[in-house]
Amino acid sequence: MSPTGLLGTLEGFTAALREAGVPAGTSEVLDATRVLGAIDLLDRSQLRAGLAATLVKRPLHRPTFDLLFDLWWPPAVGDPTGLTAGDPSEEPGEPDVEALRDELRRLLLDDDDEALRRFARLAVSQLGHLGAQPGRQSWFTYRVLRALSPETLIAALLDALLAGEPRGGLAEQVARQQLQERIAALRAYVEAEVRRRVAEERDRDQVARTSLPPLADQVDFLRAQRDELAAMRRTVQPLARRLASRLAARRRLGRAGRLDIRRTVRASLGTGGVPVVTHHRPRRVHKPELVVLCDVSGSVAGFAHFTLMLTAALREQFSRVRAFAFVDTCDEVTRLFGPGADLVDSVRRLSREADLVRYDGHSDYGHSFRVFADSWPDAVGPKTSLLVLGDARTNYRDPGLPLLKGLVDRSRHAYWLNPEPRREWGSGDSVADRYGEVIEMVECRNVAQLTDFVGRLLPV
Amino acid sequence: MGGVQTPLFASAAEVGERLAQAGYLADAATATTVFLADRLGKPLLVEGPAGVGKTELAKAVATVTGSGLVRLQCYEGIDEARALYEWDYRKQLLRLQVDRDAGETGWDVERGHIFSEEFLLARPLLEAIRRTEPTVLLIDETDKADVEVEGLLLEVLSDFQVTIPELGTIVAERRPFVVLTSNSTRELTEALKRRCLYLHLDYPDAERERAIVLERVPEVGEQLADQLVRTVRALRAMELKKAPSIAESIDWARTLVTLGLDTLDAEAVRTTLGVVLKHASDAARATTELKLS
Repeated sequence: MSPTGLLGTLEGFTAALREAGVPAGTSEVLDATRVLGAIDLLDRSQLRAGLAATLVKRPLHRPTFDLLFDLWWPPAVGDPTGLTAGDPSEEPGEPDVEALRDELRRLLLDDDDEALRRFARLAVSQLGHLGAQPGRQSWFTYRVLRALSPETLIAALLDALLAGEPRGGLAEQVARQQLQERIAALRAYVEAEVRRRVAEERDRDQVARTSLPPLADQVDFLRAQRDELAAMRRTVQPLARRLASRLAARRRLGRAGRLDIRRTVRASLGTGGVPVVTHHRPRRVHKPELVVLCDVSGSVAGFAHFTLMLTAALREQFSRVRAFAFVDTCDEVTRLFGPGADLVDSVRRLSREADLVRYDGHSDYGHSFRVFADSWPDAVGPKTSLLVLGDARTNYRDPGLPLLKGLVDRSRHAYWLNPEPRREWGSGDSVADRYGEVIEMVECRNVAQLTDFVGRLLPV
Repeated sequence: MGGVQTPLFASAAEVGERLAQAGYLADAATATTVFLADRLGKPLLVEGPAGVGKTELAKAVATVTGSGLVRLQCYEGIDEARALYEWDYRKQLLRLQVDRDAGETGWDVERGHIFSEEFLLARPLLEAIRRTEPTVLLIDETDKADVEVEGLLLEVLSDFQVTIPELGTIVAERRPFVVLTSNSTRELTEALKRRCLYLHLDYPDAERERAIVLERVPEVGEQLADQLVRTVRALRAMELKKAPSIAESIDWARTLVTLGLDTLDAEAVRTTLGVVLKHASDAARATTELKLS
């Protein structure tokens, strides 16, 4: 590759990174250029590691980087397996699916990633191609995965891994986990290979744009898939830790409290009795009470669960946290989120143990607010920050506006977090705009927005 | 700063081999990034969960290159006087006293005396700059320090120099190899990250972890190490408060060896789970999901 070609590729690559939201600045790109001069360019893993070290400085951006890297520096060109050489529109003959599945069975039991990657390449070239009309995409992931259907191999593979050990115990769980990991890896390799083949036939930039998943903290709560929600929940603890330490830093930077005479005098002894440095007592931190009132009906459950877990994990930052959940009637769920509780488990117990559904399991805000106000009249007081979570979709029932207004008036602060995009507020059965007149309604569609909000809510 | 300093390593592959000889099994990405940090003369910022070997990496680099290790442990409230340098004012006062008794006073005399190297207490950053022998400077848990300290690091890490108003600017004769570590309890500033090469150390793949466990605890044996690593990986896949890292895998291997267990069945896992999982709720979750009871 000529130097201009290499630098040209790097330029296109960094432009694509920026477009995908990875902030690669000029100095990063300069460093990347120096990297090209220092490493062994024939070693693709060195190139990847070197560019990552200079261009990606947050783990959040790494998946985007990897995906784009594979497109700009593909591991192979054309058909590396040499099986379908020649005219790609010509049918290569009936692929031997059973032979492939046998090979896959062997590879899934193994740890060899490189072999699995090679296999994915082979499988895509044999199974993933669909005789294409010109201008249409002709490589498909689903065709490969459907033909191989690795999930159907699990039972047989488990037998092989367990080698006679009884089912149902530790060994099976561990073996299952191992197989799932390998199948996930296979899927990722197949997807990468299909992207590569598509990019070869069509425009690379377009493939980059269409196949990039949103950054993890930009995933929409309401559209998140199950595994995305699980991935989000896994970030709760680190996120809470980060928020708490950011808060502690802000507190330290805030004004100091009253003069601490004893420490000042003691320190002055080092400077001959002259109090050069004064010491102050730390300020008393005002910690508010937090009451979370959240809609946990099906449509918004993922959002409510994540937010509940986050507030529970931030428990130390408040003098008291009380959590109430509702669907069409309301119940207190604070006990589920006590200290040391397993937050994932708490969420699971939420719908089982709390009394939330009266009739049909559709949200009824009016009735829920009434039950809340009647049964726990002292929950919201002048020290309370009230947080309502929900999409404000009332199913055309009574929204209970005066009740909410009463709660807002009694509280110190009150906010409503709505996981729907702002432009949809007030459409259909949403009364978000009307609620917005009595309570400050905040759009909270993804983890980034929620983090931002919680950072502002917390006391300094 | 000469810029013509002899590199520590000839190639990324050599980094991997030499680190392995020191008992640190680095993957290709780690080896490449260490190699580049040396070649480009840039500090290396290593981020990742606790216990994946961030600090060990710095120590291993020091060992294989025969460098001295200067360590700055960051903590909340660390300041210039602890990180960079401090004037030894007690000694200065004493000197003033002695001079006055000897009749040698006057500001010009004193200034030359009391702001000289003799009264300078070098803290890790200054010490690393001044050393003439090969040096690895480890700035550990950078995220624990306050944001202002990062400002302080910027001068040191971009120009490898320290300015002391009374003495002038001290420039490194030999650039130290700098490793910063962070557990990402907070996001480090963009300015600092821009000056560093970035390496995200994560849990290793099964094969490497097995090798690491065997390297550290050879008594454990291939088969048990294999079982252990697979179990740890199953634990990591759960939604836990604190997932076990390599440090826990190694501790676990030691525990099993000490207890004389040669297979990791449900009973063995149940009795030793406390070594790997540090939260009661995590242990409870693992017990149900792995069907231990």
